[in-house]
Amino acid sequence: MTVMEQRGAYRPTPPPAWQPRTDPAPLLPDALPHRVLGTEAAAQVDPDLLRRLYAQLVRGRRYNTQATALTKQGRLAVYPSSTGQEACEVAAALVLEERDWLFPSYRDTLAAVARGLDPVQALTLLRGDWHTGYDPREHRVAPLCTPLATQLPHAVGLAHAARLKGDDVVALAMIGDGGTSEGDFHEALNFAAVWQAPVVFLVQNNGFAISVPLAKQTAAPSLAHKAVGYGMPGRLVDGNDAAAVHEVLGEAIAHARAGGGPTLVEAVTYRMEAHTNADDDKRYRDDADVEAWRAHDPIALLERELTGRGLIDEAGMAAAREDAEAMAADLRERMNQDPVLDPMDLFAHVYARPTTQLLEQEAMLRAELDAETRGHDDPEGATR
Amino acid sequence: MTTVAVKPATMAQAFGRALRDAMAEDPTVHVMGEDVGALGGVFRVTDGLVKEFGEDRVTDTPLAEAGILGTAVGMAMYGLRPVVEMQFDAFAYPAFEQLISHVARWRNRTRGAMPLPITVRVPYGGGIGGVEHHSDSSEAYYIATPGLHVVTPATVADAYGLLRAAIASDDPVVVLEPKRLYWSKDAWNPDEPQAVEPIGRAVVRRRGRSATLITYGPSVPVCLEAAEAARAEGWDLEVVDLRSLVPFDDETVSASVRRTGRAVVVHESGSFGGPGGEIAARVTERCFHHLEAPVLRVAGFDIPYPPPMLERHHLPGVDRILDAVARLQWEARS
Ligand SMILES: Cc1ncc(C[n+]2csc(CCOP(=O)(O)OP(=O)(O)O)c2C)c(N)n1
Ligand SMILES: [Mg+2]
Repeated sequence: MTVMEQRGAYRPTPPPAWQPRTDPAPLLPDALPHRVLGTEAAAQVDPDLLRRLYAQLVRGRRYNTQATALTKQGRLAVYPSSTGQEACEVAAALVLEERDWLFPSYRDTLAAVARGLDPVQALTLLRGDWHTGYDPREHRVAPLCTPLATQLPHAVGLAHAARLKGDDVVALAMIGDGGTSEGDFHEALNFAAVWQAPVVFLVQNNGFAISVPLAKQTAAPSLAHKAVGYGMPGRLVDGNDAAAVHEVLGEAIAHARAGGGPTLVEAVTYRMEAHTNADDDKRYRDDADVEAWRAHDPIALLERELTGRGLIDEAGMAAAREDAEAMAADLRERMNQDPVLDPMDLFAHVYARPTTQLLEQEAMLRAELDAETRGHDDPEGATR
Repeated sequence: MTTVAVKPATMAQAFGRALRDAMAEDPTVHVMGEDVGALGGVFRVTDGLVKEFGEDRVTDTPLAEAGILGTAVGMAMYGLRPVVEMQFDAFAYPAFEQLISHVARWRNRTRGAMPLPITVRVPYGGGIGGVEHHSDSSEAYYIATPGLHVVTPATVADAYGLLRAAIASDDPVVVLEPKRLYWSKDAWNPDEPQAVEPIGRAVVRRRGRSATLITYGPSVPVCLEAAEAARAEGWDLEVVDLRSLVPFDDETVSASVRRTGRAVVVHESGSFGGPGGEIAARVTERCFHHLEAPVLRVAGFDIPYPPPMLERHHLPGVDRILDAVARLQWEARS
């Protein structure tokens, strides 16, 4: 059976019969974001999962602060921090199986690291020693993607290919609220639904696209509502509630894996830092707004749940902090070493075999570098 | 096997045969695009493929070029070899962000770890009486994008060979298909195993001693016609069919110009910022001491593609080519 046979065909039918339409109601998101922590539902969650999420959140927060510090020391060119959004980043990584694929945006280095990527390799793009610092196949993490929403069709295509091959693989694609205005967001969701591809879209609605608030991006009742127009379910979740994000993503992934098709998940969260270290958020938002979100911090929420129910003790929390410090110290130390660069790499990875034109340009650069070296050996320029 | 009579085949059939053979040989080859299924594409290049290979491998996609190419990226990441059909030159533009920001540089972005074997077929060029947005020569955009190979056949046999080579390539290849040659015929035997042309080799279509016409795609037959007409003027013109714009075959082109000492680049694309400027510069850099005259260009005007009733004034024709040849400073030689 082909993909299309499975979905059934539309036949234009004149009135009075028309073509029967499916009821959109089951696709609609709930009125309020789904929450688990601090509710009765939390008791149903495996305490081990909560503890794992907690350890990763603490580690993730430390990763964010360390990376931001590295920008100040000139060790990173730029860092778009996910501080305040760690619940989404961590849950996205932990909810996937080994064989699944993650499609991160530039803000999602943390998700890639939580999935197992080496923290230094994950920062290659932002350090600037190459673009993607890892083989995407190794941990099934696509290259961190900067052109907004363009990673979404990739996730759809990969999920579609996996399904055609009969593989039990799901793709999870991450995007911000602003990115949902891009054409590629629309096209990806449409392709995914038409093909019933096993893909889940996670929108982190952190309130801003650099300086532009969500109200200027969309007039939709919520971003999750957009799902309905494509014929897929939309889910709304509290993006700072790691257990809720994990649960909603888990259900969407299970649905996709079972052949049920794609889901759009909107996680409502908040960007606690400026867009990047180079941004000045004082120009477009009030400190008071940021402060209001501190009370809803993802780590505090989970910590309250764990300590309130006696699921973690002081030693357990200290262990999480120590692990995070060790990661940060290692990251600091390795990032303080200058990366080894080979300028000839510039020509090595354009085509399988460099064109003769590229070989000429490579020879030119090599000659320039040789001359530079000779110049250093012979500062007086006596040999010239 | 009994010998099959060599019957004339059209270029469209040769492209279709290349797709068919590639799909039969390699189960990872998938064809996707708008109307490529039951209809066989608006130019019928994919005629019959869906019957033979099914809808999962010959897919009518939603109407969204960025989505088509973007999903092809994901499919290639998972080990497939997508062949994407863009319906017309100008309708490939919505896919440019995917093409430029991802397809062309994926190998580079991943430091060689993940090449993307994607073929993008683009029917291009004018001369078919198409209304607005159906006749663009968009090659300048593609060749200005590092990481893409760009080929364009001018013969039925090359249509087969270059498309097979494109699909076999581990790098993304843009195959520019000259629309007005789709129905051109050659004696070509589709049942004979075909030599797959290596990408990047130009070919001398006509030997000559007076001057070289450097051209490609839809302008090749025009140049051959011009070369015939030039005999009456006493010029014996050589015609080089580039076949591949990227990689560019400097060797074949330079060797020809060194022999003839004069060159005219001919293409439909506009001249300002068009491929002719780059080709003229390369020829001049390599053949300066052999040149008897500046390298000239005969190109489309630098205007949006004209309406069909005016397009004959825009397209480089035999007379304009011969006028250019006449301006190659023949008097200086004696
Ligand atoms: C196609 C494109 N246009 C513009 C940009 C520049 N840009 C980078 S991030 C950004 C804001 C995106 O906001 P959102 O999608 O909400 O994600 P967030 O940064 O909040 O995680 C913009 C405009 C870009 N990267 N790509
Ligand atoms: Mg945002």
